Amino acid sequence: MAVVTEQQGVDLREPRGWRRTSNRIATVLMVVSFVVVLIPLGFVLFTVIAKGASVISWQFLTGSPIPPNVLPANIGGMWPAILGTLEITGLATVLAVPLGVLGAIYLNEYGGKNWLAALIGFMSDVMTGVPSIIMGLFIFSIWVLHFGFSGLAGAFALGCLMLPIVIRSTYEMLRLVPNSLREGSYALGATKSRVTLTVVLPAAIGGIVSGALLAVARAAGETAPLLFTILVVTEPNPNVFSGANTSLPSQIFVNASSPYVGAQDRGWGAALTLIAICFILMIVARLVTARFARYTH
Amino acid sequence: MEQSEQEIPIQTELPKPAVRQTTGERTAETTPPTVFDAKNVSIYYGAFRAVTDVSLNIHENEITAFIGPSGCGKTTVLRTLNRMNDLVPGARVEGEVQYRGASLYASGVSPIAVRRRIGMVFQKPNPFPKSIYDNVAYGPRINGEHNKGKLNEIVETSLRGAALWDEVKDRLNNSGLGLSGGQAQRLCIARTIAVEPDVILMDEPCSALDPIATGAIEDLMHEIKSRYTIVIVTHNMQQATRVSDRTAFYSVLRNEKSDTRTGVLVEYGQTEQIFQDPTDPRTQAYVSGRMG
Repeated sequence: MAVVTEQQGVDLREPRGWRRTSNRIATVLMVVSFVVVLIPLGFVLFTVIAKGASVISWQFLTGSPIPPNVLPANIGGMWPAILGTLEITGLATVLAVPLGVLGAIYLNEYGGKNWLAALIGFMSDVMTGVPSIIMGLFIFSIWVLHFGFSGLAGAFALGCLMLPIVIRSTYEMLRLVPNSLREGSYALGATKSRVTLTVVLPAAIGGIVSGALLAVARAAGETAPLLFTILVVTEPNPNVFSGANTSLPSQIFVNASSPYVGAQDRGWGAALTLIAICFILMIVARLVTARFARYTH
Repeated sequence: MEQSEQEIPIQTELPKPAVRQTTGERTAETTPPTVFDAKNVSIYYGAFRAVTDVSLNIHENEITAFIGPSGCGKTTVLRTLNRMNDLVPGARVEGEVQYRGASLYASGVSPIAVRRRIGMVFQKPNPFPKSIYDNVAYGPRINGEHNKGKLNEIVETSLRGAALWDEVKDRLNNSGLGLSGGQAQRLCIARTIAVEPDVILMDEPCSALDPIATGAIEDLMHEIKSRYTIVIVTHNMQQATRVSDRTAFYSVLRNEKSDTRTGVLVEYGQTEQIFQDPTDPRTQAYVSGRMG
């Protein structure tokens, strides 16, 4: 013991030099980029809340019709647009998510390396890059021209937007499921469909739900594809399958481009409502996923 | 199809494996019934021949060990016995593999029916991301058992059978991924015996485990071998001598011209004979530690 105390303690500090410097630079850069990313996000949120919060009231959320531009914000309400957004986005989700998940299952579990799977995978990636207004025009020409404007047409357009996102994110999640799990299931005499349903999908469910949610949030905020497919109305239309409809993004667009103060306030209120809906949706989905995925850790 | 659908009686008690005399002269023993009969089996991955000309018999209620250096095709042969290689694109089997008189690779044989009877435990413990209970109940459930009381019973017997019950009985609803390596591997064994297979194939089941967990698995193998036929691939020669009745030694044949390696079965016999009195010089070199 005495010997140890006489010695200078071993210097275990990180030695000076490039390694220590570069470590510090990298740390600072990461913190800075995090803050930089947060600035626009916080600014958007702050502006929307600051300008929209004063408009939000029970009357605003549940009242209708949406008043003409010239009227102040405390008359009528945004209910037609809230209803429209819920209907159309909901229907688009019902159309696109099951189809997208099934498509991804085909690509990863069944398609293997065959040409059809390669083609579908490639086309869905290409579809991700198609501007949303093109989707609206596409549905306009093949559906709206024949059957008229409706929430359904809007749901088709939003569904087309969501599909490639759902396929891509689900596919990536399925690829992450280790093969050893599949083999373990096969070794117990499971069929391929059993393996997929009882092992692969449950193992990937968290990521699949996250991906689907991103797609839903993206679709809920789309304006362009809806302009050609649902028009903009001021009365609530509970029938999603027929008649023109409206949505929150459409109302933001219409009201914000108006010169009247009341309309602009309504626009901010609609924006805040839309953000709040997406936020609530995210929280609900997280809770649901946590329940599904409680054994994955 | 018909052959593979035959009900195979599950041996709950007997027949006992032949008792061997370890001292004095090797006795002429009564050989237990044959479970697998492989003749001239070659296995290809695409054009590459991974294993060539393997012929061997595997006997009921015995533990058969496959040993040999890396890349000699032990695992490939093992996976041929329950058609796991079907999952590898391009894998192809030539020759004849008979399982209790039925050809495993005849047309119409369902790999699902084969794997239902011939279970497998993998090198890396692979519990499902489900609760411990659901891991064990998984096999019975996919085979149509949904009676809660029956499932509870199967889960308990299987976990007891895998010597894991006492450690997990209070946390059956916890995730199977929270177990230690040795426990997870025993969970995988419990999962396998829950479907009451006839044969259990084990692909280096202890290679990821510490010596104590390895000992537990080896004890377990001795306990369950009266009910199952076990084939184990191992890198560990001591393990082969500890657990197995028969040993097959595989080696690698190098083709200098095409620079490919093909696995061959060098020697197959009673474990003591392979380790103490091998007839082939390659076996001699391997078991004495001079090669591989």
